[in-house]
Amino acid sequence: MSTSDPVLAVSGLWANYGATPILQGVDIEIGKGEIVGLIGRNGVGKTTTMRCLIGLLRATAGSIRVLGQDLTGQPADAFARLGIGYIPQGREVFPRMTVAENLTVGELIGGPKGKKQPDLVYQYFPRLAERRYQLAGTMSGGEQQQLAIGRALIGNPALMLLDEPSEGIQPSIVQMICEALKSIRNELGTTILFVEQNLDTILAISERCYVMEKGRITAEIPPGGVTSEAVRGHLSI
Amino acid sequence: MLYQFADVFAFLILSAAGLAIVFGMMGVINMAHGEFIMCGAYVTVGLVHAGFPLPLAQLCGTLAAGVIGVIVEMAIVRKFYTRPLDSLLATWGLSLVVTQGMLILVGSSVAGIGTPPGSFAVGDYTFSVYRLVLFAGALAALGFVYLIFMRTKFGVHARATMQNAKMARALGVPVGRVYALSFGIGAGLAGLCGALYAPTMTLIPTMGATFIVESFVTVVVGGSNVLLGTAPAGILLAAVRTSLNAWHGQIIGQIGMLIAVILIIRILPEGISGFLTRKQR
Ligand SMILES: Nc1ncnc2c1ncn2[C@@H]1O[C@H](COP(=O)(O)OP(=O)(O)OP(=O)(O)O)[C@@H](O)[C@H]1O
Ligand SMILES: [Mg+2]
Repeated sequence: MSTSDPVLAVSGLWANYGATPILQGVDIEIGKGEIVGLIGRNGVGKTTTMRCLIGLLRATAGSIRVLGQDLTGQPADAFARLGIGYIPQGREVFPRMTVAENLTVGELIGGPKGKKQPDLVYQYFPRLAERRYQLAGTMSGGEQQQLAIGRALIGNPALMLLDEPSEGIQPSIVQMICEALKSIRNELGTTILFVEQNLDTILAISERCYVMEKGRITAEIPPGGVTSEAVRGHLSI
Repeated sequence: MLYQFADVFAFLILSAAGLAIVFGMMGVINMAHGEFIMCGAYVTVGLVHAGFPLPLAQLCGTLAAGVIGVIVEMAIVRKFYTRPLDSLLATWGLSLVVTQGMLILVGSSVAGIGTPPGSFAVGDYTFSVYRLVLFAGALAALGFVYLIFMRTKFGVHARATMQNAKMARALGVPVGRVYALSFGIGAGLAGLCGALYAPTMTLIPTMGATFIVESFVTVVVGGSNVLLGTAPAGILLAAVRTSLNAWHGQIIGQIGMLIAVILIIRILPEGISGFLTRKQR
């Protein structure tokens, strides 16, 4: 990868569920170390976009390039091994495995030669260290969200994709997670794309935003422009 | 009596472990399970006739079944993961083809190799040492499954795949390879069953059927988890069967075991492992 390559470059992405087109030409470009928000109302296709970006849903047209490599049409495990950490909406931890075992799976991110960061995960999320041998399914929502993030972070991903990390979680934990994400970016240079509807979270961490409507990016909030008014205007809340 | 219990237990565990792994991991009901058992037995006997020592022949029989399992997964089973009924039909078809093919190729029976001699006496009864080997084999199979699935990275990846295949893949698990290997392990355990019982029985191409009832019954009672299901189910069913055997003979033992199965499924529809994991949460 040359230094000028964007970490993520999506162009003209189309995707369907069955015969219904959901994404209709999505363009996104994110440089190294940026923290970018993807916002929009319910059902506009944010989660669908994320599922395409990790390879769980195959695009019908358009291309996805990560770190200069064309991943279009590859299976999800190839996306992960290249260094993408995916934190899905609803967390999806492995319920009948311990915290430590969940993290072990995440070590596959970045491939066998990539650096692994178990200590860093426990340092950012001490709760996970305390609960190391607890079954993930028995943990609270906030703890599961920390585990889902830790599970991606452990593989030292170049790009983290978070789908509504604040959903159903109390404000103090959301704040802690936001601080952790910023510090991860500052220390490791991790690029972060996150979907969010919670105004405080958007204001707390995004440096710029894409606004999605009906399967397309219809507006962008540039760096420095992420204000309460701007975001409210686009989410019409 | 304890000795007979161990005997029945070994038979149930060895015949069911492979089936349970394939069902638990992939949700595939492997109708060709009996043919993997046959494969293990035939390879073992063939190699003994060729001059191999029995234990080495048994190891080869186990491995042969495992390798064929991996090939069968990649060639056939893989195509049917989203269609469980079709996978049942496909493996059933495979079972028929293999059984008939063996009848044509090697004929209806092969000279046996005889049970290794050696016996010991407890009170008035004499017991064959080889029966103890079978019991040890059953325990070893359980131990092996425990080590592989609970103590290795492959095991963690396999269980993650079992619980949420999409998420496992999104974290980098090569799901296809995990399925192929798991199917191979299941087939290999079936092969081990055949290899261990080969000296004790006549080899015919339909010999897999001898094990099928017990293996399905144990898996149904146990549920989809080998360690939390198959093992306790083996203990329970072996206890029922040996006490009834002692009371009124083999037939009553068999009937009693099947009645016990029906009762257990009424009470625990998800099997023993379903019940145990639900209690955990
Ligand atoms: N598996 C599916 N099958 C069919 N349609 C689906 C499926 N998943 C999502 N959709 C549809 O695709 C559209 C976009 O869904 P998506 O989940 O991407 O929305 P979203 O922007 O993430 O919404 P939210 O803010 O509620 O999470 C919706 O109309 C939804 O009904
Ligand atoms: Mg969504």
